Amino acid sequence: MRDIGLRLQQSVGFWVAVALFAILYTLYSSLHPKGWTVDIFVQNSNESFALIMVSMAQTVPVLTGGIDLSVGAMMTLVNCLASNLVSGSPSQIVLGILVCLAAGALAGFVNGAIVVYGRIQPIIATLATGAVYVGISLFLRPSPGGKIDDNLSWVATNAMAEMDTTYGWFPDGAPGWFAHGIGLLPVPILLILIIVFGVWVPFRKTVTGRGCYAIGSSEGAAYMSGLSVARSKLAAYTLGGLFAGFGGLYLAIQTGSGNADIPQAGGYTLNSIAAVVIGGTSLFGGSGGAIGSVFGALTLRSISFCFRVFDTDGQVGFLANPLLQPIFEGVILLLAVSLGAARVFRVKNRLSLFT
Amino acid sequence: MLDSTTHLLSLSGVSKRYGGVRALTGVNFACGRGSIHAVLGENGAGKSTLIKIISGVVQPDEGTIALEGRPIVFPTPQSANAAGVVCIFQELSLMPDLSVADNISIASPPKRFGLIDKRAQRRRAEQLLARVGCEDINPQSLVKNLPLSRRQMVEIAKALGRKPKLLILDEATSALTAADVQRVYGILHALRDEGLSLLYISHRMHEIEELADTCSVFRNGQHIETFPKGTRTDEQVVQMMIGREWRNVYPPKPVRNAPLPVELEVRDLGWEDRLAGISLRVGKGEIVGLGGLDGQGQRELLLAMFGVLRGVTGTIAVDGVAKTIHSPAHAKSPSVGLALIPEDRKTEGLCLPMGVADNISMAALDSMTRGLVVDRALESRKIDEMAKKLKIKFGKLSDAVATLSGGNQQKVVIAKWLLTGARVILLNDPTRGIDVGTKQEIYQLLRDLADAGTSILLYSTDYDELIGCCDRVLILYGGRVVRELEGGDITEANIVASSLNISLTEKAGAHA
Repeated sequence: MRDIGLRLQQSVGFWVAVALFAILYTLYSSLHPKGWTVDIFVQNSNESFALIMVSMAQTVPVLTGGIDLSVGAMMTLVNCLASNLVSGSPSQIVLGILVCLAAGALAGFVNGAIVVYGRIQPIIATLATGAVYVGISLFLRPSPGGKIDDNLSWVATNAMAEMDTTYGWFPDGAPGWFAHGIGLLPVPILLILIIVFGVWVPFRKTVTGRGCYAIGSSEGAAYMSGLSVARSKLAAYTLGGLFAGFGGLYLAIQTGSGNADIPQAGGYTLNSIAAVVIGGTSLFGGSGGAIGSVFGALTLRSISFCFRVFDTDGQVGFLANPLLQPIFEGVILLLAVSLGAARVFRVKNRLSLFT
Repeated sequence: MLDSTTHLLSLSGVSKRYGGVRALTGVNFACGRGSIHAVLGENGAGKSTLIKIISGVVQPDEGTIALEGRPIVFPTPQSANAAGVVCIFQELSLMPDLSVADNISIASPPKRFGLIDKRAQRRRAEQLLARVGCEDINPQSLVKNLPLSRRQMVEIAKALGRKPKLLILDEATSALTAADVQRVYGILHALRDEGLSLLYISHRMHEIEELADTCSVFRNGQHIETFPKGTRTDEQVVQMMIGREWRNVYPPKPVRNAPLPVELEVRDLGWEDRLAGISLRVGKGEIVGLGGLDGQGQRELLLAMFGVLRGVTGTIAVDGVAKTIHSPAHAKSPSVGLALIPEDRKTEGLCLPMGVADNISMAALDSMTRGLVVDRALESRKIDEMAKKLKIKFGKLSDAVATLSGGNQQKVVIAKWLLTGARVILLNDPTRGIDVGTKQEIYQLLRDLADAGTSILLYSTDYDELIGCCDRVLILYGGRVVRELEGGDITEANIVASSLNISLTEKAGAHA
């Protein structure tokens, strides 16, 4: 079918990210002594979850042709909030989680409102709100600490089988399909699937979600076509806040504490932009999607994983030098965001560089 | 005064001001059911404002609008759409990164369980594309991968998908190929016969003759007259539009006995698959036209000469000296002396938010510096000179060029390039979307420049213009010059025939 070819052609960036991740993760797993085991999958998916969420958070504003420099700060804000709220009785925990996610969405909505009604460029608006969110985080959690429900921390960061052992799902012993099947799935991966297919995929199919792509492609045309530009933009930033909130909440659950770590917030924001680009979303807006960013984030994480398993005495041993890690990561991020500019080299008509 | 019951849409006493400029003054206008109504007028006559008011983009300061006899207010384009007033704008309203199907159903896609139903959307796109005779367009392809003329057809399909009662077409055929134009005429006539009302804006007189049932002329923001088609001669219509006698638009061509010295010589120019070895010469003081169907390499030829394209082969010589032009900055430098009036004045010709003065001096600032700084006195003297020479109409020199009418904007672009003192001026369809009065001034200007020794290479999509303005016309087809027409051979029949690469029995002056 010619349409399949057409689809592939229209999503090259996405497939490149998937392939990159597959290659790098295979490399990592084959070098790692415990590669291809459930333990390693669980560990890796725990380490990737927050970045995946923040990258999804970055994707939606980028699709509209904007950017959100506060994704890391929103994640940190929710992280600190969660360390105060997500403990106690089951109903308190559920309420705490809901408040955390609502806070993330609210932070995103504020970004959107400033961009839409304040008519301030997203890059400036979110830089400023990011500073505010970090400030609130510090106020909520002046020094690292706080409390998260232990059971929740345990199950959310392990394979699904632990849900059974922790909460006693199967008093008569787990059936085979669970113990040897779905029970092996790391919980963070399950959560990502739920968020992607429960939130992102339906959003993409709404008029508001479609509107985000339309605005990124041509804002004037979207307006003249009778789309509600304000609603789509507000939704984009709010959804970004919600995704960042998932990330912050998970980070709190994973570490069992909150930490208003300002450099970490900045690092996540920069990584999220790189993940979005690697995942095939155009920084000019209009094409790409959050699933691509999931693979973009996974690719970035796989690169860091690989550095860990290189033999320090081998030919490329210097790669494993922890003091050089930040430089390598910086260079990789620079290369990743430069990907977006690679088209410049193929351009034969210089005029098209400017449009 | 207007009987609103028999009309689909009527405006009474509508006025609109932008700052100090009156765009519309007390307009009474009505549009009947099941008819094609053409709106004529120079740029700045108020046509765009009229359309913007009808389609809800801007609000009138005074006056009322009635649809089907009931007073109505359109606060947004959406509300106008909902009431059945749909507009196809001159600037395309498609989203390039979205698929054709997405674009067609963008505002109200078919849904299942509250989510967009892609399959139904695709079927809908197929049906609508079939209705405009474009079954060949795949609904899944991205709009940015379609040629301009196809995009325009998608635009029409999209508008039809909104089930309009009144369809407004603003220069809707400007990007179409000849075959598509015929098809669009057919569609528009069929729509009219279905009872739809169409409001049609165009600068092309013959289109209006072929299409319209009724014509209205606007001038200076006022409705001058509405009359059934065929009751006025072309001369009368044009006179209504410009408010003065309209004589011959084109200045007389000089009669030359000796051949002109060659100023610009292009040999074997190639680029990608768009230019396939083009050779041409332009004499000193000569106006050479580039003709042919749209998209045969004319634009690329001009861009290649101006250093915009990468990987151009062949040679370009100015005044006998071969040049390798590697950028527009190099092309305009005094050692080369080229100027290019680009196709799209809004994106390539002007910096719209900047002032008139800044735009005029932009390309020639290098020649107005004293040390490192711009000599303001010299600059403003030269700007004044140009503004007077081209009779540019503006409020203050510091006004944003975006506030000027299309014709005056184009004059600013021309002024900007004249200031560089170019020896060769390349023009890419310079009169597109410009009113008759300004066109006439531009033709005269080109001839004056040529008489003063400037060489001109003019690409135009308007055959009349090539016939009226040019000393010689080269017809391009598939990236080659297929014919060269001179003197009395420059006729519409010859241009049309060679554009289609058909050799007529007349003198065959084929060049390649």
